[in-house]
Amino acid sequence: MSVKVRIPTPLQPLTDHQPELEASGETLREVLANLEERYPGIRERLYDDGGTLRRFVNVYVNDEDIRFLKGEDTALSDGDEISIVPAIAGGGPACG
Amino acid sequence: MTAFTEEQIERYSRHIILPEVGGKGQRKLLESKVLVVGAGGLGSPVCLYLAAAGVGTIGLVDSDVVELSNLQRQVLHATSDVGRSKCLSARETMEAINPDVRVVTHDLRLSSANILDIIRDYDIVVDGSDNFPTRYLVNDACVMSGKPLSHAGILRFEGQVTTIIPGQGPCYRCLYPEPPPPGMVPSCQEAGILGATAGVVGTIQAAEVLKLILGIGNPLAGRLLLYNALDMTFREVAVVRQPECPVCGDNPTVTELIDYEEFCSLRGRGTAAVSEEVTS
Repeated sequence: MSVKVRIPTPLQPLTDHQPELEASGETLREVLANLEERYPGIRERLYDDGGTLRRFVNVYVNDEDIRFLKGEDTALSDGDEISIVPAIAGGGPACG
Repeated sequence: MTAFTEEQIERYSRHIILPEVGGKGQRKLLESKVLVVGAGGLGSPVCLYLAAAGVGTIGLVDSDVVELSNLQRQVLHATSDVGRSKCLSARETMEAINPDVRVVTHDLRLSSANILDIIRDYDIVVDGSDNFPTRYLVNDACVMSGKPLSHAGILRFEGQVTTIIPGQGPCYRCLYPEPPPPGMVPSCQEAGILGATAGVVGTIQAAEVLKLILGIGNPLAGRLLLYNALDMTFREVAVVRQPECPVCGDNPTVTELIDYEEFCSLRGRGTAAVSEEVTS
């Protein structure tokens, strides 16, 4: 399967500053592994040491949170759109 | 209830003429009390539009002074305000726009010890803070107090915004259960922010607050709106209340407010994770 992955701003330095990538895989897990092969370092940013997705990073398949699908085992179809959306905190006064 | 003055009828005429607002709605705005956390990039448009709209009491929390590097996006403040208290500067700006507005300044940093006392007096809270500890503190305090909350974050050319209505919809922890651990975030580094990104996102927060006060339209509850200024796109993803949410779930594990470690003091430690804070 070929899917489109939206890369959040903080990760774009790892993807040659590309905001969107094509990736392949039958499941979300495979797609993320495919990204790691091509852009080493992404996995460390998405997963904690125990191998689970970090709790301040959400992943959506066609705008549905994977927590309500089958998580990383969510099966993908050609043309699906995957978004990685980390928490962001900016907005207020300077803090340093 | 006092009648509108001639001046008020003229000042608010473009509101009053809207069937969804009318004199009754304008009265609600004048009687409402909104707390804005942070007089920065987001808080600036929020304060300007709420003051102009005639929100009767606007509370403002900020303990910083205006810096020259703030002025590129923090449109509450002027060049002559550099070095002055943000609270004072913001109050003068809002009072100059609309003398109907009473501005209450809270020149302090929010903590688990003071936040519940502060938000008690307000109907709605707006989070325009710049760090994760404050964001989780404000979320948890609003859930515990049952106060509606407009939440937003911005980074470079992107923004996220959602509206939290405790008891009816999901909260920030349903979306992101825990803040990034200290050391995972390259804290307060100059990631940069396009000033107008803050303006767009903060203005959306202001619109959400006005709708909540007026009781009109559909709030951004259960929805996270994602704005990208480079692509000039708005997308939204669904946010669902989590029965296992640590603060608003069926068996909450967060029952007391938490003062998370201040990331600012940890600058330069650890490696960068996916999330970043921006000095904005």
